[in-house]
Amino acid sequence: MQRHHRLFSAMRLRGLIRKESLQIIRDPSSIGIAFFLPVLLLLIFGYGVSLDARDIAIALVVDSPDPLTTSLVSGFQRSEYFAPVSIPSIQEAEEAMMRRRVDAIVWLREGFSRDLLARGGAPVGVIVNGVDANKARLIEGYIGGVWQQWLARISDARGLDLQVPVRVKYRIWFNPAVRSRDYLVPGLIAVIMTLIGAMLTSMVVAREWERGTMEALMVTPVSIYEILLGKIIPYFILGMGGMALSVSMAIFLFAVPLQGSLTALFAASALFMLTTIAMGLFISTVADSQFVAGQMAIVVTFLPAFILSGFIFDIGSMPALIQGVTRIVPATYFVAILQSIFLAGDIWSIFFVNCAWLAVMCAVLLVIIRKKSHKRLR
Amino acid sequence: MLQRIFALMLKEFVTLLRDRKSRMVIVVPPVAQIIIFGYAASFDINHVPYAVYNEDRGLDSRQLLAGFEGSGVFERYAVIRSDGEVAPLVNRRKVLLVLHLGPDFSANLRQGRGADLQVIVDGRNSNTAMIALNYVQSIVMAFNEQWAREHGRAGPPAVLLQRAWFNRTLDSHWFIVIGIVALLNLVVTLEVTALSVAREREAGTFDQLLVTPLTPFEILVGKSLPGLIIGVAEATVVILMVIFWFHVPLRGSLAALYLGLFIFLLSAIGIGLMISALSVTQQQGLMGAFLFLVPAVILSGFATPLENMPHPVQWLTYLNPMRYFLIIVRAVFLQGASFDLLWSQYWPMAIIGLVTLTLAALLFRRRMY
Repeated sequence: MQRHHRLFSAMRLRGLIRKESLQIIRDPSSIGIAFFLPVLLLLIFGYGVSLDARDIAIALVVDSPDPLTTSLVSGFQRSEYFAPVSIPSIQEAEEAMMRRRVDAIVWLREGFSRDLLARGGAPVGVIVNGVDANKARLIEGYIGGVWQQWLARISDARGLDLQVPVRVKYRIWFNPAVRSRDYLVPGLIAVIMTLIGAMLTSMVVAREWERGTMEALMVTPVSIYEILLGKIIPYFILGMGGMALSVSMAIFLFAVPLQGSLTALFAASALFMLTTIAMGLFISTVADSQFVAGQMAIVVTFLPAFILSGFIFDIGSMPALIQGVTRIVPATYFVAILQSIFLAGDIWSIFFVNCAWLAVMCAVLLVIIRKKSHKRLR
Repeated sequence: MLQRIFALMLKEFVTLLRDRKSRMVIVVPPVAQIIIFGYAASFDINHVPYAVYNEDRGLDSRQLLAGFEGSGVFERYAVIRSDGEVAPLVNRRKVLLVLHLGPDFSANLRQGRGADLQVIVDGRNSNTAMIALNYVQSIVMAFNEQWAREHGRAGPPAVLLQRAWFNRTLDSHWFIVIGIVALLNLVVTLEVTALSVAREREAGTFDQLLVTPLTPFEILVGKSLPGLIIGVAEATVVILMVIFWFHVPLRGSLAALYLGLFIFLLSAIGIGLMISALSVTQQQGLMGAFLFLVPAVILSGFATPLENMPHPVQWLTYLNPMRYFLIIVRAVFLQGASFDLLWSQYWPMAIIGLVTLTLAALLFRRRMY
C-alpha cells in the first residue's frame, strides 16, 4: 500500500461533507443557529437599536407666563422630538431630573419677556442630563433648533430684522433623513453574522477531540486538508443561507435602501463568511476543551464586533493604537463595506481595499489552522 | 452544612482555575477589554477630516474657516477648487464634510444680506454626521456673535444658556466606560456559571453529586459562590480602573454601588445556572449563554438609549438585569446617587435573581436521568 496517499480525493471529501451535513441535519441546533437566530436577532435589534431621539421628556418651567413665553412653549409642544411637561418650579424640575423623569429642563425666569423687549439677550436657561452624553448633545441640538425657529417667528411678527450673519445650509449625503437605523442595520448584520459563523464552527473541532471521534478520523486515509475542507464547506453554505435571510430582512423589512449591486454584496458576504468560519475553526483548533473554546468565542468575536468594528462607535475618533486593534477584527472591514454598499453604492476603492484585508485575514487564519492541526494524537 | 457547601465551592474553584487556558480566559480578557474598550467606545468625535471649497476671496471667509482650524475637532484634509472634487472625497470617506463658501460670501455678509455656509456631510454614519453638524453650528454661532459685536449689530433678543448636569463637558467616554463595569461582569459571571452544570452532566459527575448528602439548595449555593466571588473581585478591579485610569469621578456611595453589584451578580448567576441546568451538553450551555448575553448587552441601554426602542422591545428589557445595573452604576458614579434614588432599580433585579435561582435549584432535581 502506498505510504503517501494523495492529498486530495474528491470522493473522500464528498464523504466528509456528507458526514458533517448529516451531523448538522440530525442535530437541528446548527440549522437553528444559521437560520432562526439571525432572523430573531435582527428583528429585535433592528427595531431596538436606534440613536435617534424622539419624544424626549423635557420639563418646561415658566416663572411668569405671558404670550411670548407661551409661543416658545408651543414651539416645544409642536416639535416631534419633544414630549414636554410643564412643571411649576425649578426645584421640582431639578428633582424630576435627579429621578430621571426628564432629560432636560428649559427654564424661563421671572421677567423673561420684559428683558427680551427692553434690552434683548434675555437668557433661556437650558439644563440637560449629561449622564448619556451623546443623547445630551443631540437634545442640545434639537433645543437649539426649536429656539432658532421661535426667534425667527417672533422677529417676523415684530417686523424686526433678525439677520443672522452666517447661516449654515447643510446637505446630508447618503442618508438625508438621518435615520440611524439605515446605518445600524447593515452593521448589525456584520455583528450577527460574526456570531453565527463563530458559534457554528468554534466547537466542532474541540467537540471531536473531546468525544474521541477525531482519533477515529485519523486512522482513515483522509488528509488534514480534507478534514478542514469537510468542515468549512457545509458550514459555509449554512452561514450564507443565514446571511441571505438577514440581507433580505434589511432590504424588505427595515427598508434600508440598497444603492450598490447585489453582486458586490454577495462577493463581500461570501468572503466575510469564510473569514468568520475560519475564525471559529481557529478557536476550535487552539482550544483544548469546549469550555475554553466557548469562552474564546464570546471574548474574541461578539464583543470586538460590537465595540471595535465601527458598527456603532466611530473608528476615526479612536486613539491610533486602538485603531490598530480594530484592524484585526474582521467585522471592521465588513461593516465598512456594508455601510457603503447599502447607503452609498459600489464605491470600488472602499470595496477592494476592505475585501483585500478580509482575504489576507482569512488566508492567515487558514494557514495557522493548517499549522496547528496535526494528524496525530495529543 | 457549611462545610459541605465550602467543599463544593472549593471543588468548583479548582475546576475553573485548574488549567492555564481556563485561568487565562477568566482573568486576562476583562483587564484587556476594559482598557481597549474604554478607549474605543465613545461617541465623541475628533480628528474629523474635512475639505474646504472656498470661492470667496474676502477676509471674513478666512476668519470663519480659522474657527474650524482651531476647533480641535476638525482636521483639514484638502483644499479643493471645483465642484467635481467633492464627490470623490466624500464617497471614498476621505473627508466627513465639505465646507463650501460661494464667491459672494463676504459681499453678502458685508451688505447685511446674510451669507451661506454650505456644508455637505457624509451621512453613512448618521450619528457622527449629526454630532459633526452640531459642532459646525457652534463654531458658526461663535463667529456670528463676534462678527455682530465687531460690526455693531444688535444681538438676538434671547440667548440660550446651556448647561449639562453630571457631565459638564459631555464627555461620552464616561457614559460608556462606566457601562463596561456592567458589561464585563455579566460576561464573566455567565462564563463561569453557564457551563458549570452542563460540564458535570457531560462527564456524568452531576448524578454523583445528586446522590451525595448535598441538598439542591447546597448545590446551588456551592455553585453560585465562585461566580459571586470572581464577579466581585473582577468588578472591583474594573471599578478601580475606571476611577484611577480613566479618571471618571465617583460621586455617590460605594455601598449603594456594591449592593447593586451584589444583587446584579446574583441575578446573572441565577440566569447562568438556569441555562446550565437546562442544557445537557456544554455546547448547549454555550449557546444558551450566547443567546442570553447578546440581546442582554445590545438591549441594555449600554450604547443606545432604551427610550428609543418600540414598546414591545422595551418590555423585554425589564427582564434584563443589566438594564437596572447600568442605571445604578451610572447614577452612583455621575449623579452621586445614594440608596434612596435606587430602590426602584434594586428590587426588580432581586426578583429576577430569586426567580432564576429557585428555578435553577428546581431544575437540578428534576433533570436527573
